[in-house]
Amino acid sequence: MPPIDMDTEEGRIEALRRMYRIRAFESTAGELFADGELPGFVHLYKGEEAVGVGATAALESDDYITSTHRGHGHCIAKGLDTERMMAELYGKADGYCNGKGGSMHIADVEAGMLGANGIVGAGPPLATGAALTAHRNGEDRVALAFFGDGAVAQGQVHESINLAATWGLPAIFLVENNQYGEGTPMEKQHNVENLSETAEAYNIPGFTIDGMDVTAVAEAVAEARKRAIAGDGPTFIEADTYRYEGHFEGDHQPYRDEEEIEAWRERDPIDQFKQRLIDRGELTDAEFESIREEIDAEIDAAVDSAQRADPPEPHEAYEDMFAEPAPEIATFAELPRADGGDSR
Amino acid sequence: MSTGLETAGETETMTVREALREAMREELRRDEDVFVMGEDVGTFGGVFQVTGDLIEEFGEERIRDTPISEAGFVGAGVGAAATGSRPVVEVMFSDFLGVSMEQIMNQMAKMRYMFGGKTEMPVTIRTTEGGGQRAASQHSGTVHTWFAHFPGIKAVAPGTPAAAKGLLKSAIRSNDPVMVFENKVIYEQEGEVPTDPDFTVPLGEASIEREGEDVTVVATQRLVGETLDLAEEMADEADLEVIDPRSLYPLDTETIAESVRKTGRLVVADESPLSYGTHAEVVARIVEEEFFSLDAPIQRVGIADTHVPFSPTLEDEVIPTGEDVREAIDRVI
Repeated sequence: MPPIDMDTEEGRIEALRRMYRIRAFESTAGELFADGELPGFVHLYKGEEAVGVGATAALESDDYITSTHRGHGHCIAKGLDTERMMAELYGKADGYCNGKGGSMHIADVEAGMLGANGIVGAGPPLATGAALTAHRNGEDRVALAFFGDGAVAQGQVHESINLAATWGLPAIFLVENNQYGEGTPMEKQHNVENLSETAEAYNIPGFTIDGMDVTAVAEAVAEARKRAIAGDGPTFIEADTYRYEGHFEGDHQPYRDEEEIEAWRERDPIDQFKQRLIDRGELTDAEFESIREEIDAEIDAAVDSAQRADPPEPHEAYEDMFAEPAPEIATFAELPRADGGDSR
Repeated sequence: MSTGLETAGETETMTVREALREAMREELRRDEDVFVMGEDVGTFGGVFQVTGDLIEEFGEERIRDTPISEAGFVGAGVGAAATGSRPVVEVMFSDFLGVSMEQIMNQMAKMRYMFGGKTEMPVTIRTTEGGGQRAASQHSGTVHTWFAHFPGIKAVAPGTPAAAKGLLKSAIRSNDPVMVFENKVIYEQEGEVPTDPDFTVPLGEASIEREGEDVTVVATQRLVGETLDLAEEMADEADLEVIDPRSLYPLDTETIAESVRKTGRLVVADESPLSYGTHAEVVARIVEEEFFSLDAPIQRVGIADTHVPFSPTLEDEVIPTGEDVREAIDRVI
């Protein structure tokens, strides 16, 4: 998705639309999961929309991102199609991963989206590698890793920041500090007040910003991108934000109370930004309503299409392992142990 | 099928180490997307000197020294491969692969499949295996079984200089992740290696290193050479057919099966722990396909499920040699 010029009215409206598209997609996914419609686990991004949208607003369409297990928002922000995303959530053949990835692993390498990821902290090394490709090819291209506060406790995150810093790679490390690593609060997982202090150890710039403010995120990432393209290496950004839903859908959340959630909801990134645009005379309530209706219809259509779509054929389970297939896979697929068929 | 050298044109005598280095040199010249990275691979030339002088021709952008952080640089290799680079990542000792296991098992091996086939993963990981250097358990392991077992990874383990060159070149050219397991005590072993820069050894193709009538010995890495020597010593007692599978996954079952149809006897020799291992895979495939061709129970030669100890008397006890292969042959004839 092309960058958004947040200095224009048009750009700001587009940022609001993208944030609302994420919110609508996630609300729908949550309902579908509760209704038993979706297989597997679902981790929602509601509350964090300003981070994904602010960050991608500052990226060019051919920049790379790596994502997390809470990746729907990053996918939508990067411009992925909600119909194919929904099909993937349903495990259908025309989903982004042909039904092999599901909610936690949506990817579109062509679009620079190197995958949502089921492993906490696994994205930053991949982003460092993508930044290395861009650096080696002399391209004006960056790789941005989204990762959560929980991931900052993972060793491979630090290894990849050190590598990118040492090699001066065009990488951006963006922590979405949503205050909880699964069900454990940030302060019980880290002995620092701000995760951006991490940057000091690698001698790179580190900032903590308001992750509920899409403009603040866009500005910070734009600055980081400029540094990266200039050859000045990576930047570490911590965006303070909040996860409205549980770690996963169905999480009974004994670790926090409604009061805390309500306090953060008062700073809702979409409401705040919408109000700002209304105050500036750039948007009316009626105009926002029509954005809502349009996007709600888009998501409804995505659900309808996903429900009607075909599931993958069972034999497709044996495809996509290799560019050049290993003969074993086809041979074993014929054996009774693998396909439940008749014994020989 | 045979070693493939008969039709490969001109050859030159070189060591396994030189063969590997030539493979990298030729592929670095051939394709700008190829680069090498790992601990001490640059000016130092690699702790086993396999990358040697490559930095002189290709510079530090393409022969990149990394920090000592396997998870970080193996992961960077995976990310680089997913975005169009063709990295050759050296992990100094295979024992250290554990440090980077997450990136190998959950990212490198699964990305293509989980993305519905919509990415390639042209990464090569080279690493060293094997005992014999009195280096104790953390620098002597042979772990190729783990990776040959894990779906989504191709694994090769050359036993000759020609296989070393041809397999590494195929690994670098492959759009799939390939792990190259080099036995560190045969880096000095010499042999004839084709000089044609287009010579490669296809992944999944075994080599009949010696033809024979009486017993098939499937041997890997160092045990290929030791078994070939043994075959000459034993020529009056038994005519051995020696097969180097070269590629552990995919595995060329047909070449081994055909040999067993001829000899009726099979010994599998591989320097790795015996339980649930590489040996077991070869044995299982032959039992499934050629049970009625067998004239004697199959025998395995490997490590008795221990780690590799330090003291010379202890290490010599556990590391399999040609002598162990001879005893196994005695049991089948």
